[in-house]
Amino acid sequence: MNELGFTPNEMMTIAASRALKGDDVCFVGIGAPSAACNVARLTHAPDITLIYESGTIGTAPDVLPLSIGDGELCDTAVTTVSVPEMFRYWLQGGRISIGFLGAAQLDKFGNINTTVIGDYAHPRTRLPGGGGAPEIATSSKEIYITMAQTKRGMVEKIDFYTSFGHGDGGDHRQRLGIDTKGPTLLITDLALWKPDPVTKEFTVVSLHPGVARDKVQETCGWTVKFADTLEETPAPTELELKTLRDLKARTDAAHKGVALSAKRGSRDG
Amino acid sequence: MAKFLPLSQAVADNLNNGDTVAFEGFTHLIPTAAAHEAIRQGFRDLTLVRMTPDLVYDQMIGMGMAKKAIFSYAGNPGVGLLRRLRDAVENGFPHALEIEEHSHAAMANAYEAGAAGLPCAIFRGYRGAELARVNPNIRSVTCPFTGEVLAAVPSVRPDVTFIHAQKANRRGDVLVEGIIGIQKEAALAARRAVVTVEEVVDNFNDLHPNLTVLPNWSVTAISVVPGGAHPSYAHGYYVRDNASYLEWDEIAADRDRFSAWMQKNVIEKSADDFAARVEQLRNVA
Repeated sequence: MNELGFTPNEMMTIAASRALKGDDVCFVGIGAPSAACNVARLTHAPDITLIYESGTIGTAPDVLPLSIGDGELCDTAVTTVSVPEMFRYWLQGGRISIGFLGAAQLDKFGNINTTVIGDYAHPRTRLPGGGGAPEIATSSKEIYITMAQTKRGMVEKIDFYTSFGHGDGGDHRQRLGIDTKGPTLLITDLALWKPDPVTKEFTVVSLHPGVARDKVQETCGWTVKFADTLEETPAPTELELKTLRDLKARTDAAHKGVALSAKRGSRDG
Repeated sequence: MAKFLPLSQAVADNLNNGDTVAFEGFTHLIPTAAAHEAIRQGFRDLTLVRMTPDLVYDQMIGMGMAKKAIFSYAGNPGVGLLRRLRDAVENGFPHALEIEEHSHAAMANAYEAGAAGLPCAIFRGYRGAELARVNPNIRSVTCPFTGEVLAAVPSVRPDVTFIHAQKANRRGDVLVEGIIGIQKEAALAARRAVVTVEEVVDNFNDLHPNLTVLPNWSVTAISVVPGGAHPSYAHGYYVRDNASYLEWDEIAADRDRFSAWMQKNVIEKSADDFAARVEQLRNVA
């Protein structure tokens, strides 16, 4: 907690939630994206359609799911479809407006690695892999990415291209025949970033309250570009903070199992 | 026609050393009891197919049963990494593991193609993705009508698929509801399908006509194992044991602790022990 009354991670989640609109159809990655999407739903975007890759469409969980397939997602969904239908009709069919992804490693063009650190055949660290992300990244109309800044996470060159962002920048997507926009927004714990209209390199457009430029550079592995006119992200409102903290508290209690017998209707504790 | 068998016999009759096998379940309805029975019977050289390998494949790989894994997300969902699988891939322990890695979209399409009797699946995928460089089974075809280049992967055709379902009726028809995942496709793609169920009911007369049903003639064997998905869940019966998934991260991090846990909780136990594990997780709704 800083002297402003909120943590950098809370600012990140809330800034990410603000980017979502009520008419968005959002394919939600687990972790930080899931928190942001549900804060949006519980504050300014109650009608947002949240989709998890387990096939739950229009879900409204009371607690954040631990996995993408927790029962709570199905209980509160408008409908639940099979996994092949999810990927074929709804994602590949072009019905997703925002794909919301996290990243283990990210480069300045929004390419994501969640597969390996080191060489693929002989990895230093074997990560879980892409799951739904490679096709979410290219079939969603646009992509938001959220992650906390570290030099290990935001690197000049990623070890593996799990999910394609803007490739080498410029018109690389179009050259591969990809007609969706790709990454249009990066929300970190320190700043908001948008791709340069021509080069597609992520550029800082807004600093979160109390964050200096140096801090952004110190926690990023590439040379950071800043917009000419730099904005300050509005601090979290009382409602946003309360919504996020209540959601986290319910989630922590549920995943530890203490709320199990008290919660009516939850199928995942 | 589906035969009702004790799980030990259903596994012994339908799984062989060297088989390509899918224990499917997309977070929900994971056939843990069937996997543990396979572990107790000590099968070897298996090719394990599954979108999200999860704890049961971590356990089978850690016990040295797998020659190869075909998968699209090798994580403990919501928790992190699969540490026995990592040990096999990074250090070759307990022995080297061949991997064939895909995306979810590819695996889902590959199962569907298998169920449809097709040799391969075609979809719009892997654009700009590096998996296409390291996995020779990711190729492309050109649409003969539009010229669009599309991804192609071989269909998945397991020797045997194991799934867990809510219920069967006395005829042996099987019902799956909730997050239905990929189980229907995985069962129909396989030569043999073995289903564990929470319970057997007289008939499905009062149920919604569109609930996923595998007719008895599409199922090889059915075993009644209440709680058989634990620590996964069975929608309408018991909730996901999230605490166990968190705990697994610590158990699997250490080779000796893993071995001790497997001995105590799998090798020395039987399918009958699952019911008690979900007693505190039964739905309160």
